[in-house]
Amino acid sequence: MTTATSKRDATSKRSIWREIVGQEEFGVFLILLVMMVFLTLYTDTFFTSTNIFNILRAFSWIAIAAFGQCMVIITGGIDLSTGSVMALSGLASAMLLVAGVNIPLAVIGGLVAGLLVGVLNGLMITKGNLPPFIATLGTLLMARGLCYGLTGGWPVRGLPQGFRDLGQYDIPIAGLAVPLPLIFMLVFFAISALFLGRTVWGYRIYAVGGNETATALSGISTDRVKLMVYSIAGFLAAVGGVLMTARLGVAAPTAAQGYELDVIAAVFVGGTSVTGGEGTILGVLIGAAIMQVLRNGLVLMGVSAYWLQAVQGLVIVSAIMLDRLRKRRR
Amino acid sequence: MSEQDFNLRMEGISKAFPGVQALEDVDFEVSAGEVVALVGENGAGKSTLMKVLSGAYRKDTGRIFLRDEEVDIESPSHAQRLGISIIYQEFNLTPNQTAAANIFIAREPKQKGLGRVLNFVDRRAMEREAQTHLERVGARVPATALIRDLSVAQQQMVEVAKALAVDARIIIMDEPTSALGEDEVETLFEIINTLKGQGIAIIFITHRLEEVLRIADRVIVLRDGQRVGSMSISEATPEKIIHLMVGRELTELFPKEEIQIGEPLLEVRGLTRRDVVHDVSFTLRSGEILGFAGLVGAGRTETARLLFGADRKDGGAIYINGHEMDISSPVDAVSAGLGLVPEDRGNQGLVLLLPVLENIVLPTLNGHARAGWVDRHQTRETAGDYVEKLNIRTPSLRQRAKFLSGGNQQKVVLAKWLASHPKVLILDEPTRGIDVGAKAEVHGLMSRLAQAGIGIIMISSELQEILGMSDRVLVMSEGRVAAILNREEATQEVIMAHASGEINNHVVNMNSEGTAA
Repeated sequence: MTTATSKRDATSKRSIWREIVGQEEFGVFLILLVMMVFLTLYTDTFFTSTNIFNILRAFSWIAIAAFGQCMVIITGGIDLSTGSVMALSGLASAMLLVAGVNIPLAVIGGLVAGLLVGVLNGLMITKGNLPPFIATLGTLLMARGLCYGLTGGWPVRGLPQGFRDLGQYDIPIAGLAVPLPLIFMLVFFAISALFLGRTVWGYRIYAVGGNETATALSGISTDRVKLMVYSIAGFLAAVGGVLMTARLGVAAPTAAQGYELDVIAAVFVGGTSVTGGEGTILGVLIGAAIMQVLRNGLVLMGVSAYWLQAVQGLVIVSAIMLDRLRKRRR
Repeated sequence: MSEQDFNLRMEGISKAFPGVQALEDVDFEVSAGEVVALVGENGAGKSTLMKVLSGAYRKDTGRIFLRDEEVDIESPSHAQRLGISIIYQEFNLTPNQTAAANIFIAREPKQKGLGRVLNFVDRRAMEREAQTHLERVGARVPATALIRDLSVAQQQMVEVAKALAVDARIIIMDEPTSALGEDEVETLFEIINTLKGQGIAIIFITHRLEEVLRIADRVIVLRDGQRVGSMSISEATPEKIIHLMVGRELTELFPKEEIQIGEPLLEVRGLTRRDVVHDVSFTLRSGEILGFAGLVGAGRTETARLLFGADRKDGGAIYINGHEMDISSPVDAVSAGLGLVPEDRGNQGLVLLLPVLENIVLPTLNGHARAGWVDRHQTRETAGDYVEKLNIRTPSLRQRAKFLSGGNQQKVVLAKWLASHPKVLILDEPTRGIDVGAKAEVHGLMSRLAQAGIGIIMISSELQEILGMSDRVLVMSEGRVAAILNREEATQEVIMAHASGEINNHVVNMNSEGTAA
């Protein structure tokens, strides 16, 4: 190899490296990497296939719900109803199953329940002109209240194994037991990323968040974009809720309480702009992973359960601050 | 000004941004009681230079002397302590607070005694003092008035008073007249003269050469980040300044070409919105440029918004090619073949966060997609095509719109509508705040579009532009059509007479660039 070609190799390598570093998601990815390396060195239990798959399984439903939340936040809105919708949809599926409905129909029933709450959110925000924070605060309470009302506060048990497999089954791939929810999560990741990045609707979602007035004056119905985004968010929260219920094997009216905050944190840690117009599904995936690795890591490191939340909050804020610093530098 | 003891001297200022050398070895100076006009095309570096001076940017190299002492301006607040204040085009006022609170923002006088300990604001003292500052600029604004209740001109006066309140010795005004009506411009000029008499140095950034000649003592011209000339106002002429700004002679400022006017394209009958627009009717033919003239607030923009479905109309009918169209939203308007280039590029025309490419294809996404999937190759082709055709200066299609200069941003807005192949294009102040070079390009483009059979409605507050570009002129006054004039009968005097009902003696908002044509 002549020096000229090796030099060219070196520069092309450097430019690929620069492109990777320049990616929006690189900062948060680095944070995730540092956390994982630290935990691997500091604990014996972190980097084992059982633990890694546990993390992946547990964060899959949070991630799926976060994909929808991400789209809402990109339009400049917020969906506070995520946790309640997860509980309601899981509960709806469970109640249908207990009533003897077959598994596919029961799952569809749960998803429709979530979708309906999403549509309601969208209608209140577009037709009713309510601020997203208020509208979804309302549905947060309504959906949760529905869960309590329908069950009288009792959890629904006795779900068929076929349903529980959705959340509990491990598929043997290349000698590893890959959890089924992880597969679902990756499928929804791909669909969401393509939807947001490559379709007409995705382009419009970014445009609405970037400048709603200019988008409307470009002949785009911003109401339709918003209605769609909240509906998708409701649907994806329902997917997460059904998977969570399948994994737990029981649908409690108290399930997923406060999960909206985990989901929203994952979206922001993933680099989505608080004011809308910016953010990616890949970033959100990494953000959700950070949240779960953090929770898992703190437990493995023996941090007392009582201190868990405080440390979580600290790490979330620091991660977002670091990422912003990096972006400002550019 | 002959005195050599300059109040402020900037020497060899350079500033680079990724990919752009915004300023290169620029000198600048201004002395007490002097008004310096800083002119140049958009992107010439005027704002960057002033941001360096006011502490918003740090210079890469160069030195700044204030009263012959070298200073290193670290931040906007540091600049303020040095007596340098800047008034941006977008005011820095809090709309829900009083003028007094804004003038004393962050420096509110405290009460005495217990109130001092508790940090209570001495409201009466604050309002009293604010009032004296307002009076110094000759503003008839009560210090207790809420900012949101003030007119743009009054808000500007509050900004000036705010600068005086911090003892500014140098006041920088970035395009202070762009949002003002004519009377208000007059008032501003009086204020500037008053400040001048008080020994305050004024730096005035503007595109309107007529204003430069009227108010400035000296003019400094920037081009491509370099200082290309400076002259005292006695030796300045519009031709000289334009020549320095663009580096070439502009022979044709309004390249209006004779175009065969075609069939009636758009017919508007009795368009009405309560209290705003009354019974507006007109016909636009294909290939015709119909100028909308009138005073600020005469209902021109409102008419355009009604036509485009952006506001709900209370009455009236719109026909395109003889067919009545139900236009109740911009979605309807776009599918009926209308395009609107709004007055306010940044807030209404563009999604500044998004790249040039996305902005250009936004109205035509469906045409660039198959079954909902955006054909990225095709969008690149379309966007690249218009970037080339309209000579949009951008490092790449992925550049965010907010990083382009005003003229190039406007061309992106035009590009997005051209890509949608409209039948009728409504241009609201298409050349406001853009430089002479880009302006000529926009005018040339309008002629080409008319040639291609597009009907154009052009709203403009610049009479020279109206007279230069229009085939017919529709004059609006108080929400009504006051007159529709043919090209031959339209003169400044006739238009102004219809627009105001009285003929003003002073020349109306006329650009000296215009008089050169």
